[in-house]
Amino acid sequence: MSSTFWKRFARNRLALGGLVFLVVLAVVVLLAPVLYPGDPFRIVAQPFLPPFGDYLLGTDSLGRDIAAGIVHGGRTSLLIGIAATSAALLIGTLLGALAGFYRGRVDSLLMRFTEFFQTIPTFLFAIVLVAIMSPSLASVTIAIVVISWPPIVRLVRAEFISLCEREFVQASIVLGMSDREIIFRQVLPNAFSPIIVAGSLMVATAILTEAALAFLGLGDPNAISWGYMIGSGRSFLRDAWWLCAIPGVMILLTVLSINFVGEGLNDALNPRLRHS
Amino acid sequence: MTEKTVLAIQNLTVALPAWADRPIAVDNLTLHLNKNEVLCVVGESGSGKSVMARSIMGLLAAPHVRITGGEILFEEENLLKVDAERMRAIRGNGIGMIFQEPMTALNPVMTIGRQIEELLEVHLRLTPAERKQRVIALMNEVRLPDPERIYRAYPHQLSGGQRQRAMIVMALLLEPSILIADEPTTALDVTTQAQILALIKELQRKRETGVLFITHDFGVVAEIADRVAVMKHGVLVEVGPAEKILAAPEHPYTRSLIAAVPGLTPPRRAPRAAAPVVLQVDDVTKSYQSPSYGFLRRKTAAARPALSNAAVTVHKGEIVGLIGESGSGKSTLARCITRLIDADSGRIALNGTDIGALSRKALRPYRRQVQMIFQDPFASLNPRQTVARQIAQGPITQGMPAAEALKEVSRLLELVRLDPSAADRFPHEFSGGQRQRIGIARALAMNPTLLVADEPVSALDVSVQEKILDLLLDIRDRLGVAMLFVTHDLRVAAQICDRMLVMYQGEIVEQGDTQTVFADPRHSYTQSLLAAVPGRKWGATRQA
Repeated sequence: MSSTFWKRFARNRLALGGLVFLVVLAVVVLLAPVLYPGDPFRIVAQPFLPPFGDYLLGTDSLGRDIAAGIVHGGRTSLLIGIAATSAALLIGTLLGALAGFYRGRVDSLLMRFTEFFQTIPTFLFAIVLVAIMSPSLASVTIAIVVISWPPIVRLVRAEFISLCEREFVQASIVLGMSDREIIFRQVLPNAFSPIIVAGSLMVATAILTEAALAFLGLGDPNAISWGYMIGSGRSFLRDAWWLCAIPGVMILLTVLSINFVGEGLNDALNPRLRHS
Repeated sequence: MTEKTVLAIQNLTVALPAWADRPIAVDNLTLHLNKNEVLCVVGESGSGKSVMARSIMGLLAAPHVRITGGEILFEEENLLKVDAERMRAIRGNGIGMIFQEPMTALNPVMTIGRQIEELLEVHLRLTPAERKQRVIALMNEVRLPDPERIYRAYPHQLSGGQRQRAMIVMALLLEPSILIADEPTTALDVTTQAQILALIKELQRKRETGVLFITHDFGVVAEIADRVAVMKHGVLVEVGPAEKILAAPEHPYTRSLIAAVPGLTPPRRAPRAAAPVVLQVDDVTKSYQSPSYGFLRRKTAAARPALSNAAVTVHKGEIVGLIGESGSGKSTLARCITRLIDADSGRIALNGTDIGALSRKALRPYRRQVQMIFQDPFASLNPRQTVARQIAQGPITQGMPAAEALKEVSRLLELVRLDPSAADRFPHEFSGGQRQRIGIARALAMNPTLLVADEPVSALDVSVQEKILDLLLDIRDRLGVAMLFVTHDLRVAAQICDRMLVMYQGEIVEQGDTQTVFADPRHSYTQSLLAAVPGRKWGATRQA
């Protein structure tokens, strides 16, 4: 089972490349305190040193080491991306499962509730939430969770509705299983593939949202992040392009890799989807 | 190639993609179709009969399914060599096709008239008035009631039989010399099937069309075929005139297929001694409300009841058939008894306890007494759990220690005649018949007193069907379990049921011993049902 999964996944070269990039990135950001010990906000040299000089990626407008910022900022980005996605998946899956399994009034209530969140422009909503809660790692994560769970509810609900029409669910009822057992033991494992795929792509969206918030100055002021680096470098774009370009390219590569991996997971988990 | 031949398939080989269950769908097949004849191609699932039909029309799922050799000659023209433009002209004009499921073959957002006329627009130059006249004339010919109304109707407004008639209009409108029919009556009720078969035969005679008729059902073959071709695993095993193949098949595979078709005469059964009543259903009624949830909508009025005042008694060790066509309420009744749905009123007593009134929680201890076998062997097992896990699940839910329940599994697998090694495998590794056995084992694990079987063999090939019916009879004899057997197939009912109940539009219209009902049906609906069974006459001679 797992060996065919890997074979199918590896057949997609871009997905494999994306996975390699993400693994390297994860190792590097985990080793951040070893590679660049100390505060990344520290001033280490004169400002605007170009890359590949004394400092690998140069320094920024205040003379901070950009490489240190990239490595520590990657930590923030990945942390928020993964934490926000996990929480959104948890909430979305739970509500979607309940709506899809019980249908009827429960479904109506939950879906109206979900639609309420979907009617608000997502990014504006996130800005408002962070502004109210005052910027911090936690508030940014919460804001991203709040704007990203509704699509998961819809996805899981649709999966559940189609799965619950299958006879094995009826068989479980006839065997006297409780609803909780049927939802979590029987139906949910069959809905994992689309949830995993949607979740992997959601990490990318979360990273982008965090970067956008930080760019606007709504990131955690004590944690450096790629979005913050772009935001603080944007006034010097014409004189020192690398201030924005380097974190920008990192966001691009990370999001692209996650998307490729998501696509690879999709191919590997739903082989039929691809062939037909 | 003689003058009479309209279609000649020579050495056709069709390869399937690497991930398919078999490498080759059609293997070096040579077959021809004459003018003015019905050639039935018979085979079980995986025989390649549909792939063969689709390759004639150029409808294979390219690029995965590929024709690797041979030729298909239609009026001296090799269909595998012609360009897309010419193929389009041949489709409809030269070769018409009808499909199994007319609902999916028709476009749901276009009126029937518009869809049919489109064909005329593409292929002929006619004024709108002429087109409509032609369509209406043919609608009359296929005996569609009130053609003007149907012309303006959308597919969902027609019945299954009417939709199939509309498809036939479409297929025959341009007077093709060949009609390919891929299981055209499989999705229809038996009385509708009889009408459609008669219609196809009549039109074929009148127009001298060559009909290539794909089917899995020897009853249908006996009704309609002039010649028969039997396929197995992509290979043509036997071809010849219908009378000869049906009466004296030569190839052992054909013989086994025909032998597996259940006869229509119920075997003589020894009268059963009075046994305790297991299930007593009185006066059960159920109507479905149209789903209108939400805060702003009001509940709409109930429609015609799906089930009205049903009463059933099942004794220990007895198999009672619930016979009816789609919409007759037979599945509704079965589901009320297993409490998958709740009846509106009435009493459902299982071994003396009225389970109809119990709440879901209070019902749980009684669940083990009534178990269900489902229709679709591919949907009725959880694809993510091992066979052992699924069979042991019921007893574990009821409080048996897991180790003990898992130990029981091999005994149950043996009971349904599966190898104990099946326990650790996943459902996708099994064939349809094997999966149905797993489903039966899952039900038996609960040690029920009543088994409700909802069309348990209708999704299976006839040879597999026979074995599953055997197994069910054997289980009844060994365990003394009572069975409520829901089916639309009178042949199956004749073989397995001690007593039968005939349902029509939500009501039980006739009941009695299977032998009595077959020999002397009282209700006019039962009579028409029996008269519509395909291959009825052939069955009579076969068993004599």
